[in-house]
Amino acid sequence: MNSIAQISHLVKNYGEVKAVQDISFDIHEGEIFSLLGPNGAGKTTTISMLSTLYTPTSGDATIGGHSITKEPMAVRGIIGVVPQELALYDDLSARENLNFWGNMYGLTGKTLKARVDEVLEQIGLADKANMRVKTYSGGMKRRVNIGVGLLHKPRLLFMDEPTVGIDPQSRRAILDSVKDLNIEGMTVLYTTHYMEEAQELSDRVGIIDHGKLIAIGTQAELTRQVGEMDTLRLHVGETDPIETLVKALQSMRGIKKADQSDHTIDIITASAEEILAPVIIKANEIGVKIRSVDIQEPDLESVFLHLTGRALRD
Amino acid sequence: MKKIFLIGFKDLKLMFRDKAALILMLVAPFALTIGLGLATGQMNMGSDSGISDIPLIIVNQDGGQLGDALVNVFESDELEGLVAPTLMDDYAAAQKEVDEDNTAAVLLIPAGFSDSIIPQEGQAYTNEPIDLVLYTNPLAPTSVSIIRSIVDSFLSQVETAKTGGTVIIGQMVTSGLIAPEQAQAAGEAYGLSQTGGQDSSIAIKSLTGEGEESEVNALAILAPGMALMFLMYTVSNGGRSLLVERNHGTLARLAVSPSRIGEVLAGKMFGIFLTGVAQMAILIVASSLLYKLHWGDPLGMAALILAAVIGATGWGMLLCAIANTPGQVSSIGSALMLIFGILGGSFFSLSYLPDWAQWVAHISPNAWGMDGFTTLALGGDITNLGKPILGLLVMGAVLFGISTLLINRRGIVRA
Repeated sequence: MNSIAQISHLVKNYGEVKAVQDISFDIHEGEIFSLLGPNGAGKTTTISMLSTLYTPTSGDATIGGHSITKEPMAVRGIIGVVPQELALYDDLSARENLNFWGNMYGLTGKTLKARVDEVLEQIGLADKANMRVKTYSGGMKRRVNIGVGLLHKPRLLFMDEPTVGIDPQSRRAILDSVKDLNIEGMTVLYTTHYMEEAQELSDRVGIIDHGKLIAIGTQAELTRQVGEMDTLRLHVGETDPIETLVKALQSMRGIKKADQSDHTIDIITASAEEILAPVIIKANEIGVKIRSVDIQEPDLESVFLHLTGRALRD
Repeated sequence: MKKIFLIGFKDLKLMFRDKAALILMLVAPFALTIGLGLATGQMNMGSDSGISDIPLIIVNQDGGQLGDALVNVFESDELEGLVAPTLMDDYAAAQKEVDEDNTAAVLLIPAGFSDSIIPQEGQAYTNEPIDLVLYTNPLAPTSVSIIRSIVDSFLSQVETAKTGGTVIIGQMVTSGLIAPEQAQAAGEAYGLSQTGGQDSSIAIKSLTGEGEESEVNALAILAPGMALMFLMYTVSNGGRSLLVERNHGTLARLAVSPSRIGEVLAGKMFGIFLTGVAQMAILIVASSLLYKLHWGDPLGMAALILAAVIGATGWGMLLCAIANTPGQVSSIGSALMLIFGILGGSFFSLSYLPDWAQWVAHISPNAWGMDGFTTLALGGDITNLGKPILGLLVMGAVLFGISTLLINRRGIVRA
């Protein structure tokens, strides 16, 4: 498969802080590649370097055959960027925003008008195109934010956590539009800390933590790293001594890993059915009330837990 | 180049959609101009804030009764404390005193002034009075207007007396109450005893310090002073917009579009420039219509506005380059607006500052701008504006260069 982007030993340091540490991976033409990791893992810094906003401390990447450090202008013409934060002019209407950004990408005249109309239809705001952005809901703003990134039909679209802080309906619409774009042939680099989004969208996933790419592959390839392990998820009471239970579980036979997040405990085990009874007995001994239990097949969450010893939500 | 225009016009549009900014850009200068005008009567300015002991040189070449009477008016007890008249013989030397800003005006009473109004015995009445000449200091318009009003009042009395006296003395001669040879003496006595309030047909010829005839309107200097001061608000607000764009993510978005960093910065600067030009143009057109203000040579004014905005824009960019947040730009910008307003001559004439202070004042675009607008108000044209325009252009270029270096070094656009 052709690679549209080759990332090679990319490093970004801010003084003593190592935001991205020696990351290398390829993005294949036509795929949705997700960078999955918790907040602060280095996803945005990686996208910022690839989009030529930040200069790497070391390493390089080529996009469409152009180096991000040596030919940034050529790279900028190939990529589209949907930043995590809304990057729009609130006092301009959606149409004015799209016209301005389209112009900045070299679109003019009838081509620009046609493309703006097309994108407005695509993001479902054709009937509200002339309202100022500041009058829009959060979800509508997000859609305009995405629309700006699509205007010039980039070969590679960077989407940096585009669903953060929006309602479920808008989130659904955005995920569907990402899939539609991909079907139309656009390659997408998607960053998220929502395991469900990565699972739903991605052809391949890179798991990033503390600035390091710790795993990469298709979902099937990644879950195989966990082996045939199950994930047992316990939902417990808010005031219960959860940490005591987690420590006890970590030393129990048959449990590979146990980690807590809020009021849930994730346990990776070879057989959830076999350890369920001893776990409940131990919880009762410690005084933790188990409210519900889920047994899950291996997923990206369990992969992350397996690789880092922490839940993705931490 | 196209992207520079795109960014610039986008910023112009955004600025004119910001109601709060519009109030400070356009309404505030008008309000202050009107307020200062009302507070000072005839648009007070310069160090001419006090209305006591107005220095005046009188050159009385007439030596006749009316000339002496006019001198007596200025030396009268009623005007003591208000006007401090000095008599001189040499008109040229007196003019030099005005040119050197040592006095508010020179009043020249030309030879033959009295005779042109009160015909001497055996002379025909010509009805062609000789004009008084008031050579004025453009930097002291209030003092000048007070002196002018005193002279006007005197001339009105003379005119009234002349008209009334002609009729009355003529009737007295016709009726045999006085002999024809007594008519002149009676007329003079009558004329000097009369007072009146009507406008005079006997004129004052007004000359400015350079000897060119002009009508000095203090508003023509006060209004640009306010416009220049609030131009500093506009440019600091424009500089602030760069940091606002950084916080809102649009600057990063611009940086990842196929644009060079220089284009983005030049576009932002162009936006500040356009907004400043629009503000100045609106203020000038509106004040011309509302106040009937004559700003002087249009070509010179246009060139001066462009140069002033370029100089001020440099300061706007520098503010953005040194500040960390939009709030800091606003705070520093407001302080700078007032400091430059005071230092640059928006409230009083720079000529009353010591030389070193005048030199320091020219770090502000206001001072250069005021130099230019004063020149235009005094009848100068674009050929007289070389120094202020050059000063402003150099200021803009130097500040833009420094700002660009600082912005790049600090990674405000790209890290």
